[in-house]
Amino acid sequence: MKVRRSPFVLVMLVVGFAFLYLPILSMIVYSFNASRLVTVWDAAHSPTIIWYRELFANDQVLEAARLSLQIAAVSATGAVILGALAAFALVRYRRFRGRSLFGLLTTAPMVLPEVITGLSLLLLFVALGQWTGWPQARGASTITIAHVTFCLAYAVVVIQARLMTVDRSLEEAAMDLGARPWKVFVVITLPLILPAIASAWVLSFILSWDDIVITSFVSGPGSTTLPQLVFSKVRLGVSPDINALATILVGLVSVCVATAGGVMMRTERRRLHDAQTAMGAH
Amino acid sequence: MNLNQDGATAPAGIPYVRIDRVTKRFGTFDAVRQVSLDIAKGEIFCLLGGSGCGKTTLLRMLAGFEEPTEGSIFIDGVDVTRVPPYERPVNMMFQSYALFPHMTVAQNVAFGLRQDGINKSVADERVREMLAMVQLEGYGPRKPHQLSGGQRQRVALARALVKRPKLLLLDEPLGALDKKLRERTQFELVNLQEQLGVTFVIVTHDQEEAMTLATRIGVMRSGEILQVGSPTDIYEFPNSRYVADFIGSVNLFDGKLVVDEPDHCRIHCEGLGAEVYVAHGVSSAPDATVTVALRPEKIRLGREQPSQPENVVRGIIAGIAYLGDSTRFLVQLSNGTQLQVTRSNIDRHDEHLEYDEVVWASWEANSPVVVSR
Amino acid sequence: MGIRTYWQQFRSDLGRRWVIGVPYGWLLLFFLVPLLIVLKISFSNVVLAMPPVEPILTWSHDQILQIRVNFSNYTFVLGDRLYLAAFVNSLRVAAISTLCTLLIGYPMAYGIARAPGAWRNVLFLLVALPFFTSFLLRVYAWIGLLSRSGPVNGLLIHLGLINEPVQFLQTDFAVYLGMVYSYLPFMVLPLYSAIEKLDLTLLEAAADLGCRPTKAFFAITLPLTREGIFAGCLLVFIPAVGEYVIPALLGGPDTLMIGRVVWDEFFANRDWPVASALAMVLLLVLSGFVLLLQKVQAQSEEAQ
Repeated sequence: MKVRRSPFVLVMLVVGFAFLYLPILSMIVYSFNASRLVTVWDAAHSPTIIWYRELFANDQVLEAARLSLQIAAVSATGAVILGALAAFALVRYRRFRGRSLFGLLTTAPMVLPEVITGLSLLLLFVALGQWTGWPQARGASTITIAHVTFCLAYAVVVIQARLMTVDRSLEEAAMDLGARPWKVFVVITLPLILPAIASAWVLSFILSWDDIVITSFVSGPGSTTLPQLVFSKVRLGVSPDINALATILVGLVSVCVATAGGVMMRTERRRLHDAQTAMGAH
Repeated sequence: MNLNQDGATAPAGIPYVRIDRVTKRFGTFDAVRQVSLDIAKGEIFCLLGGSGCGKTTLLRMLAGFEEPTEGSIFIDGVDVTRVPPYERPVNMMFQSYALFPHMTVAQNVAFGLRQDGINKSVADERVREMLAMVQLEGYGPRKPHQLSGGQRQRVALARALVKRPKLLLLDEPLGALDKKLRERTQFELVNLQEQLGVTFVIVTHDQEEAMTLATRIGVMRSGEILQVGSPTDIYEFPNSRYVADFIGSVNLFDGKLVVDEPDHCRIHCEGLGAEVYVAHGVSSAPDATVTVALRPEKIRLGREQPSQPENVVRGIIAGIAYLGDSTRFLVQLSNGTQLQVTRSNIDRHDEHLEYDEVVWASWEANSPVVVSR
Repeated sequence: MGIRTYWQQFRSDLGRRWVIGVPYGWLLLFFLVPLLIVLKISFSNVVLAMPPVEPILTWSHDQILQIRVNFSNYTFVLGDRLYLAAFVNSLRVAAISTLCTLLIGYPMAYGIARAPGAWRNVLFLLVALPFFTSFLLRVYAWIGLLSRSGPVNGLLIHLGLINEPVQFLQTDFAVYLGMVYSYLPFMVLPLYSAIEKLDLTLLEAAADLGCRPTKAFFAITLPLTREGIFAGCLLVFIPAVGEYVIPALLGGPDTLMIGRVVWDEFFANRDWPVASALAMVLLLVLSGFVLLLQKVQAQSEEAQ
C-alpha cells in the first residue's frame, strides 16, 4: 500500500528534529565565539579557537576527563560481565530459589530515582566504612561500584532481549555433539550474543560517563569527574569553554554513531543479499 | 517401492536400545508415563503422535537433555540414564536444524569431531567424506544462511552422522521442507541409513512420513505408547479408536456386540442402521459396546445392489471430491450418518457417479476391524 | 560411574551457582542493602557527628539491647506543607512533561516509522544521537539559548513580539522545556518500534472496508501501539519525578521538586534522617505509580 504522508506528520518531523538539534548547534556555533559573554556574538574576533586552546591547557579538565573515561570503561566492563551472567541466569535457569526477587533486583535500579540510588549507596559506603574499615575515603572505586550497579540493569535488559532470541536448540546441539556446558557458552552462546554485549557496553559506558547525580553522592574530595566539573561551572552560569567541550563530545559521538550506523546498514544489506541468493540456490 | 525393510518383525535377542518403565514428570504433569520400549540395531523407529503426546520428551530423554523422573534407559547394554548429553554415543538432528549461524558448513560438521579432540587433518577428511555423502561437496566454506532449506537439512544430517553415533535421533526431520522435496528426501534418508547401518529414532506428527520411513511405529498419546507395530500392522489392525483415527481416514461406528464366535462376530451399529459382520472374534462380554473401524478405500460403491447378504448399506451421494489419483465420496445414509468412501481412479471411463444419486456401499467381512473405545 | 556422575552433577551445580550467585550477591549488597539502610536511617535522630545519625540499636548500661525507633522524621515530612508541595509539584511537572513529550513524540515516531527505507535508519539514528551526547551539556545549552541576552529573546524582539527581554530562565517554563527536550528520545524510541511493528495490511483492510485514513489512525494504529505509549510514558515519567539536574539548572529557587529537596536536605542541611525519610516516601509513591500503571495496562490488554 502506498503510505500517504500527511503534511502534519512532515511538519512535526521537521519541528521535532529542529527542537532536538538547534540547542546542540547553538553550542557548536558559540564555541567559536570570541566573546566571554557567550551569547553575545563578537563579530570582530570570531570565529576563534581560543576556547579549545584554553580547554586543552586546563589540567583540571583533562584530569577529570581522564578519570571519567577510566570509571566509564571499568564500570561498563563490570556491568556487562555481571549483566551477562544475570541475563543468562534469568533466561536459561527457569527455576531457582529467589528468582522473582532476582528479577525485581535486576530491573528496579532503572526506575529508582537517581537521588535515591545515590543516597542509599553513600549510606552503605559510610556504614561499610564504620564496620569493616573499607572504604576509608570515597573516590574512584566507590563511584565505579555505584556505576556498575545502575548500569547493570540496562546491561541485563539489552543482553536478556538478545539471549531470548537465541534458539535454545543451538546450545543443545553443541552439547549433543560433545561440548561441555562452559565450552558451549564460550563457543556458541557468547558469539551469538556478542552484538548485544557490545551495545550493552556502549550504553553502560555512556550512562556512566554522563552521570552526575549518583556520582555527586558517592565521590570524595580527590575525585572529580568531568560531569561534576561541568556541573559546578554551569551552576555559575554559561562559560565558553564548556561550549568547546560540548562541541568536541558531539563530534566524537557523531563519528561513532555514524560509523556504527554505516556498519549496521551494510551488514543488513549483505544479509538480505545472501538470503536472496540462497532462495535461488535450491 | 517398499521402504519398510523387514516388516513387522519385533526385535529378537538383546535389544539395542531399551527404555524401561520411563516416566517424566514436569511438576504434577506426566509428560511421559511408564513407557517401555525395545528397539533393535539398524531399525528406523518412528514415534508418532499429535503435539503434546510426549514423543519429543521421550526423544530428549534419549538424547540426555531431560532426565527421567523414573525408569532407566540403556543403549547397547550400557545404562545411560544419568549420562549428560555430551558423553552419550547419541546424536540428534534438530527440528530447526540448529546450525550454528556463526560457523561455516564445514565448521558445523567438524564441531562434534573437534570436541572429541580428533586432529584437524583427520577431521577435515571425514567432514569432506560426509559432505560428499549428503551431496554437498564444495559447500564447506558457506555460512548456513547462504543455503536453501533442503541444503540446511542435509548439513544438519551430516553434522549428526559424522561422529558415527550408535543412535541417531531425528526430530521432525522433514517438517520444514516443502512437499516435493520431502518426498525425495525420504528416500535419501533411508538410503543413507542402509549405507551406514545407524539406528534411527524419528519423532514426527506426520503419519505419511512415519509410514514411508519406519520399520516400526510407536503411536503415542498423553504420554503413553498406545500401539507398536509395523506400518502395515498399525494401518490394517489398529488396536484403538485413537490409532485408527490418527492414521489415515476411517469410518468409526459404535455398536453392540450381538454374536461373538472365535471366527466371526456381529455388531449392531445404530449409526449405520445395520449389522456389521466381521471375520474375526473379539472374545468380549456379550452385549459389550465396541467400535468398528472401516477404511474408506475398503468400501465399494455401485448403482446396482450387490448380491452379498451382509455388509451392504444404501445411501445417496452427498459430496464428491476429485483428488486426481482417487475420488472421495460422501455417502449419506437414510438415518443421516455420512460414510466416507475412496475410489481409485484406475480407469478413466469408470462408472461416473453424480450428486444425489442412490448408491449401494458394500465391503468384505475381513475389512472392518473391531477396536477398543 | 556413580562417583563420576556425582562429580559432574556437583561441577555443573557449581557453575550454575556462580552464574546466579555473583550478580545476585552484587545486587543484594549494592542495591537492596543500601535501601534497607536508608529505611533504617529514616527512623533515627540527627546528631552532630560523622555520620550525623544516632544508631537505632544501642547497648544500654545493663547490657540490654535497646531499639529506638522514632517516626518523627515521617511526621515531620508528611506534616510540612513545603514537602507536600514538593511532592505534588514533582508529580505535576512530570505528568505535564510526559504528556507534552507524547504529543510531540508520537507524530515524530510515526513519521520516522513510515519514512522510506533508507531514511528510516538515518532518522532513527538522529533521534538516538542526542541521547549519546551528554545530558548535562544538552540542558546547559538551554541556559545560553534562554538567557536574557540569548538568541531566543533576540529573535522575539527582532520579530517585534516583545519589547524587552523576557525572563525565561529560573521559571517553571524553562523546567518544562528542559524536561521535554531531554526526555523526547525516550518517548520516540519505544513508540517508533511499536508503530514500525504494526502490520500495514490492517490499514489496508480498514481502507478496504471504507475507513478513511484519519479515522483508521484512531481506530487501528493508536490502539495497537498502546504498548509503546505505555512504555514511552513510563520511561519519561519515572525519571522526571525524581529529576534533579533540570530544576537545579533551569528552575528558579521556588521551583520545588522532590529530587532537589532530597539533595538539599542531604548536602545543604546535612539532615540525613529527613533526606532518608523523603527518599522512602518518594520510593513508595513511585512504586505505587508503577503498580497502578501495570494494572491499568493489564486491564486494557484483557479488554482487547
